[in-house]
Amino acid sequence: MRQARSRSTHEAVFRRRLASLLGSALLIATVPLGMAEAAAPDTIRIGYLHQERAPASPASPLDELATEEGLAGARLGIADNAATGRFIGQSFVVIERRMRRGDDPVAAVAELAAEGVRFVITDLDAEPLRLAAGAAPRLLFLNARAPDDALRAQCRNNLLHTVPSRAMLADGLAQYLVWKRWRRWFLVVGQGAGDVLYAEAVRRAAKRFGAEIVIEKAWSFQYGPARADTGHVTLQTEIPAFTNVADHDVLVVADEANAFGDYLDGRTARPRPVAGTHHLVATGWSAVNEQWGATQLASRFAKLAGRRMTAVDYAAWAAVRSVGEAATRSRSADPDKIAAYLRGPAFLMSGFKGRGQSFREWDGQMRQPILIAGPRLLVSASPQPGFLHRVSELDTLGVDREESPCKP
Amino acid sequence: MQAVTPLVFALALLAAPAAAETVYVSNEQDNTISAIDGETLSVTATIPVGRRPRGIALSPDKRRLFVAVGDDNRIDVVDLASRKVVDALPSGEDPELFVVHPDGKRLFVANENDSLVSVLEIESKKVIGEIQVGVEPEGMAVSPDGQLVVCTSETTSMAHFVDASTYEVVDNVLVDTRPRAAAFTPDGKQVWVSSELRGTVSVIGVQSRAIDAIVEFAIPGVPRELVQAVGIAHGHDGRAYVALGPANRVAEVDNKSLKILRYYLVGQRVWHIALSADEKRLYAANGGSGDVTVIDLERREPVKSIAVGRSPWGVVTAP
Repeated sequence: MRQARSRSTHEAVFRRRLASLLGSALLIATVPLGMAEAAAPDTIRIGYLHQERAPASPASPLDELATEEGLAGARLGIADNAATGRFIGQSFVVIERRMRRGDDPVAAVAELAAEGVRFVITDLDAEPLRLAAGAAPRLLFLNARAPDDALRAQCRNNLLHTVPSRAMLADGLAQYLVWKRWRRWFLVVGQGAGDVLYAEAVRRAAKRFGAEIVIEKAWSFQYGPARADTGHVTLQTEIPAFTNVADHDVLVVADEANAFGDYLDGRTARPRPVAGTHHLVATGWSAVNEQWGATQLASRFAKLAGRRMTAVDYAAWAAVRSVGEAATRSRSADPDKIAAYLRGPAFLMSGFKGRGQSFREWDGQMRQPILIAGPRLLVSASPQPGFLHRVSELDTLGVDREESPCKP
Repeated sequence: MQAVTPLVFALALLAAPAAAETVYVSNEQDNTISAIDGETLSVTATIPVGRRPRGIALSPDKRRLFVAVGDDNRIDVVDLASRKVVDALPSGEDPELFVVHPDGKRLFVANENDSLVSVLEIESKKVIGEIQVGVEPEGMAVSPDGQLVVCTSETTSMAHFVDASTYEVVDNVLVDTRPRAAAFTPDGKQVWVSSELRGTVSVIGVQSRAIDAIVEFAIPGVPRELVQAVGIAHGHDGRAYVALGPANRVAEVDNKSLKILRYYLVGQRVWHIALSADEKRLYAANGGSGDVTVIDLERREPVKSIAVGRSPWGVVTAP
């Protein structure tokens, strides 16, 4: 992990950037970062809880290290909220807690609650999030990391999800592939637990939208040969052999941990496109998006964080913005009123993806377009034309009201 | 929806000839301005300008066209007689929409990336004032008496009222999500602000600085999410027009009762609209289909679509 800078230096840099971005009036909103301070009556305190993660090895030398992934998005959300808040006397602060390996999420949440936090943005895996949300029913959690559909099916009243579920990602991809008439899929599944769940979502999507998984294989190689001298020679032999299967229109890869997906495109036995977690990627956010005003969001983020926005940054930003939007619209700093507005029918958030975003009342999932991102440019965005829904076309993505075990 | 074209072409021949006017359209992805002859309804010139032209407006003497070219961080000045760019004004970063003050001396420019409105003095080519507003300023309007400028901010979802002489923000009105355009009514008593994501228009009283009413649009067969209000044009006859983006419609609204009188089917993803000088026609710039729809307001139907450049965005009419 690149955490060389001391935290105080980092915060000072952040404050300077924010000040230059939005004017000194906002300084007050950033000062209490990580420290308890008497809050003004109209200050809304938002917790940010994340867990230590093993550093990821970049697959490509072009990959950017996402320093403070998620947290940077939350900070931009605070700055955006403050810009509206200063006109109507509301201010927002984010209070960060980082859990080390083995730390108890319940204790971390109790600490945040003791600082007056009622809204907690989480960058946690599904299991610690389940424990945290279960132990603190009066807090509202906004999940910015875990894509698990099982977590949504727990029907928790105090849990919203701004990160798309795997079912939403797979449905968004499936709609695009079916629109392209690429209906015969070769599914390649990695070894991670997330990969297995992603593959499940892909199978479900194929059934929903009339595609067929003609062949499925588990990826069982040891990875990491690409960087070695002559690494490409090995891959050039292994991947054609692995992908020499019955004919298909597209290879759909499930590799959430980024272990091998980048090696596939350009090396498959048949000349077929690669989609899924790699190459043609279904995602909640990608830095290639420049439509619907996304350029402005990207440039604000780059000024603040010094890098590009990832899907986790976006989900954390969307979570903070949601709380801000609800506070502004309900003209209240009362957490109960804000929470009620968030889940109510009037809530609408502008998320730079062309359609208003809101929360599904049955499972708390944010309905939102799914981007189909190429390596350098945006390829498409789902829902695709022609996939109709009697309420919202966005609800053709993921688990719809009738399919969910949750009853609002 | 494109099937409308051949049908309406025949009707165009029947339409009353309009006054000799020219319609100018900015083509966001082509870096050009298309000039359409109001009589023949055909493109008579394509004028190269800077990169990503969006907001356009006429100079008070109507001899020049100002074009905000966002990717070049300036405003190009097109001489309409020679149809060439003859000058450029520094606008601050990423100008999108702007208004020409009735005094003819100043432009008020929304700088989307900097949360600023810049006041640009045309003659000296200098920025003589900067006004801090909300995040992503977009729509700009000036009151008929020139005293007030209104700017909308897309992420902050507010209409900011700015005193046009002191450059101070005098009021902020929270409006519906992602406001795009702002337009004063001809009597100067109200400002209409369109909300792209809520698909509404907030009607704000200029005296009260409160929302008097919210106009909602419901089009049978069009999903609510695709009804996205953008450009606004006010007539002097009590009617107003609102472009509805990916709903591919323009709404005609009674300006007093705020009832929707009818919807006109236009091209795909309509951005901005402009009335002819005699207010018998409305021109709609359709970003998705790369054309301009001509609506005959007396016959109450679209009569022609004219292919222009890629992603037409802004539109104005000139003598």
